[in-house]
Amino acid sequence: MAHTLVQKILQKHTAQEITEAGQIVQCNVSLALANDITAPLAIKSFRAMGAQKVFDKDRVALVMDHFTPQKDIESAIQVKGVREFAAEQEITHYYEGGDCGVEHALLPELGLVGPGDIVVGADSHTCTYGGLGAFATGLGSTDVAGAMALGSTWFKVPPTIRVEYSGTMPAHVGAKDLVLRLIGEIGVAGALYKALEFSGPVVDALDVEGRMCIANMAIEAGGKCGLFPADAKTLAYTAARGRTDQLLTAGPGAVYERTVAFDVSGMSPQIACPHLPDNVRPVEEVKNVRVDQVVVGSCTNGRISDLREAAAILKGRKVAKHVRTIILPATPNIWKQALREGLIEIFMEAGCIVGPATCGPCLGGHMGILADGEVAIATTNRNFRGRMGSLESEVYLSSPCVAAASAVAGEIADPRAL
Amino acid sequence: MSYQGTAHKVGDHIDTDAIIPARFLVTTDTKELGANCMEGLEAGWVKRVKEGDIMVGGENFGCGSSREHAPISILGAGIPVVIAHSFARIFYRNSFNMGLLLIEIGDDIHKINDHDTISVDIEKGVITNRTTGTEITYPPLPAFMREFLDKGGLIPYVREKLNA
Repeated sequence: MAHTLVQKILQKHTAQEITEAGQIVQCNVSLALANDITAPLAIKSFRAMGAQKVFDKDRVALVMDHFTPQKDIESAIQVKGVREFAAEQEITHYYEGGDCGVEHALLPELGLVGPGDIVVGADSHTCTYGGLGAFATGLGSTDVAGAMALGSTWFKVPPTIRVEYSGTMPAHVGAKDLVLRLIGEIGVAGALYKALEFSGPVVDALDVEGRMCIANMAIEAGGKCGLFPADAKTLAYTAARGRTDQLLTAGPGAVYERTVAFDVSGMSPQIACPHLPDNVRPVEEVKNVRVDQVVVGSCTNGRISDLREAAAILKGRKVAKHVRTIILPATPNIWKQALREGLIEIFMEAGCIVGPATCGPCLGGHMGILADGEVAIATTNRNFRGRMGSLESEVYLSSPCVAAASAVAGEIADPRAL
Repeated sequence: MSYQGTAHKVGDHIDTDAIIPARFLVTTDTKELGANCMEGLEAGWVKRVKEGDIMVGGENFGCGSSREHAPISILGAGIPVVIAHSFARIFYRNSFNMGLLLIEIGDDIHKINDHDTISVDIEKGVITNRTTGTEITYPPLPAFMREFLDKGGLIPYVREKLNA
């Protein structure tokens, strides 16, 4: 069987021969991840399994990013339990304080993931690492506890949908628009139980951060994972973080369930309207939506390229008086880079709130919660009803460029019109 | 093994934020999570449920987060079974790991109305709608999943492997 990218990676990690989609295989894992919401349950399950030691103290990552800096006594108690577990197990990659960032931005930055790896994380956006050519997927806490104990887990071999982008990328259109367009087209269940493999000249031209943004939202189409081939750009990215990786592409003649093709020439910036990520429209069709809050950050769009994009719009401008504009660089290194490049000053001069590296508002955790009737536009990944606070609030999803333009206009705005 | 209870229909694309919003994720306690089940769909939703009742979802039930708190809160609310058109992948896996039974029946989901009395025979793979008198059959669980459930879920399975 000629293997798709995901099947090729699974094959590298199992003794069984992969012959068809739907087959169940036992695979060893390269890294197991949990955060401050999911690690407490994983530790509970780990204990219940009678496990004494994690399979490899260097290949378990615990990142306290959702409710940290601890938002209340309960979340502080949860984090304290994880910190004690990390100390007991001598876990190398425990992050909570000034070295902590949003997990899916932090781990690639630290060189902990790369092409051909299998990463399981108790967080649905673990699929982000597909941007680097890894098979990475979200699992629950107990599944991750099993992987932490055994160093392996089972997978059903998924069929693959090939997504091909061609044409010329217009100005003010980026990776986020590409993935929103896809989800709008195939729907939030369009890739249920399946892998998405991205290809085409537009993908080849994208930088690694853009690829991670796209892979990040594979789960919003129901996908098990979203993968990009590992090319020279991928290897340059991981080599800069101390890794030695190899080029990785699908096998010649690999069989795909279907191909979804887009010509991006002339495409507009895309907006996901409330209350599902597939309710996608071009920005010019979303008119007169006044916003109360703008968020630029998260594992989807909190990287340095995203901050540069937002800063390019905000430079020399002011955000509308009634808009809370929250900028959250996703890791301490991104924060420092933004400071060095003068982006933080641009944000402050424009009237933004620049916060710490945290998932906070994305999941309605803290630092940007919406009241009844409030509307936000965010660079995050989900706009489910009540996601960012009140059940009577609304969240629109966009690129950093559109979010910044909307902050200035005070309503959802087309950056091309600024 | 069989179940019988009142059906509570909840619609398509019920996400994990609807099942258990993030503000309740500061605990791992089953009872506390159960008391807030579906709080992101409607305030006080859980009050309509009796022990043993059955949740009936539409397409893509459980989409969104990997939070295992979602199946735990459904179990904590006293609901042992969810029947849906289809389930999101991570939620499916989590539910079996936690011992929450999921039954996927596609378009037959329209044969169940809110408040119907439903019984499920999991050996035979038959759902009986006692209110309308209709029967729905579904394919049995794959062997791997059955073995898993027979062992009592993932925790005993890993315990056995660690001791082997």
